Amino acid sequence: MSDKPKVAFYWCASCGGCEETVIDLDEKILDVVAAVDIVFWPCAMDMKYSDLKAMDDGEITVSFINGAVRTSEQEHIAKLLRRKSATVIAFGSCAVMGGIPALANLKNKKDIFERAYLDSPTNVNPGGVVPQEESEVDGYKLTLPEFFDTVYKLDDVIDVDYYMPGCPPTPENLANAVQSALEGFLPAKGSVLLPDKSLCVSCDRNESKPDDITISQVYRLTEVQADPEKCFLAQGIICMGPATRDGCDYPCIKGNMPCTGCFGPVSEADQGARMIASIGGIINAEKEGDIADVVNNIPDPAGTFYRYSLSSSILGNQRKEK
Amino acid sequence: MNNFEPKIVAFVCNWCSYAGADKAGEQKLDYPANVKLIRVMCTGRVDPQFVMRAFRVGADGVMILGCHPGDCHYRNGNMKTLRRFRLFEKMLEQFGINRQRFFLDWVAAGEGKKFQEVTTEMTERVRNLGPLEIKGFVEREVG
Repeated sequence: MSDKPKVAFYWCASCGGCEETVIDLDEKILDVVAAVDIVFWPCAMDMKYSDLKAMDDGEITVSFINGAVRTSEQEHIAKLLRRKSATVIAFGSCAVMGGIPALANLKNKKDIFERAYLDSPTNVNPGGVVPQEESEVDGYKLTLPEFFDTVYKLDDVIDVDYYMPGCPPTPENLANAVQSALEGFLPAKGSVLLPDKSLCVSCDRNESKPDDITISQVYRLTEVQADPEKCFLAQGIICMGPATRDGCDYPCIKGNMPCTGCFGPVSEADQGARMIASIGGIINAEKEGDIADVVNNIPDPAGTFYRYSLSSSILGNQRKEK
Repeated sequence: MNNFEPKIVAFVCNWCSYAGADKAGEQKLDYPANVKLIRVMCTGRVDPQFVMRAFRVGADGVMILGCHPGDCHYRNGNMKTLRRFRLFEKMLEQFGINRQRFFLDWVAAGEGKKFQEVTTEMTERVRNLGPLEIKGFVEREVG
């Protein structure tokens, strides 16, 4: 084995889009592979957990872990990787803030299992079978990892050195992070490896924003033809720019789609709360009925404003009236 | 007999509702000690994060009390709060927080009596709902 720095990639509860970012490095990936040894990457290479277990503690230079922590298997591997790695980077929105899987935190395990395996109209499940952690088939005991009640972000489970949100992070973000890690130019532990300002600051359409921006009605993208030059909020289309971190080079907005907030909030902020403050403040209505008209057109505020960051919300998880 | 004493955080604006609370004091009107006042310059200053934080750290109810519409010292801070509040209470419900735990009303500087009424009613409402059940997040399953 060479003495090149060792890098690992792992996925927990995620879609695989973050792995796609690695592939999207294109020919730059050749430079990465020339500079480092990829020692563990279950998505793309054949490796066993036992190979990882056999490594020395701290032997891996950097681990990029993407995905939220939903099952006991993910927790186990995250902890194992933490032990074997000098540096752990929470890679992608799910690892940083729970991401899309964390929307399930508005429900609990019981609700999810009932809906997915029993109640859904497309199900045919006469025996009412739901996944069991242990079951016996032909005298063999089969086991599955535990499905947690809550979707955790990575730093709920292990110590994380750096954060890189994004759904997925851009290849540029990744290339910069790898470069800095290899050259030893990483900032203070716990930093987010992206600028700490909101997307609106660098958005092209910021110029088109009126001084006193107001919305009299909220529209979905299917209801209006979005002006490709004008600020989305000024058009009454929900754009998460005000509460979202910069650093993505706004590809969505360039494609005439509003920001959905995948880079998460800036430091010390709660994305959903900031959006409530932002959208609530610009509703152009005086009477209760008019305000209700606008609010009714935002049918799912928690899912819209915390689309990627529910695990890092102040109220983060499910809480129920007794 | 219900022995539960709810914890209620009330954000009151400096110009109207805090003065209204003061008025209640001048008039020797009692209001429940469950209500803890936090004075802000304007209800428009009440960041939704403050409210969420209050619920997170143990408040059973949160009130925002400000100037009547048209009376805002800063022209329209209270109206901005009203619009935020309508959106916010809808979102808090998704998190499982009953709408009755979150309350907005207007109390003018002279309305000591109204201050007494809204705080008493809020306390009774929340008392009837019982404690806000917080299911620990990280503590629950993963050490």
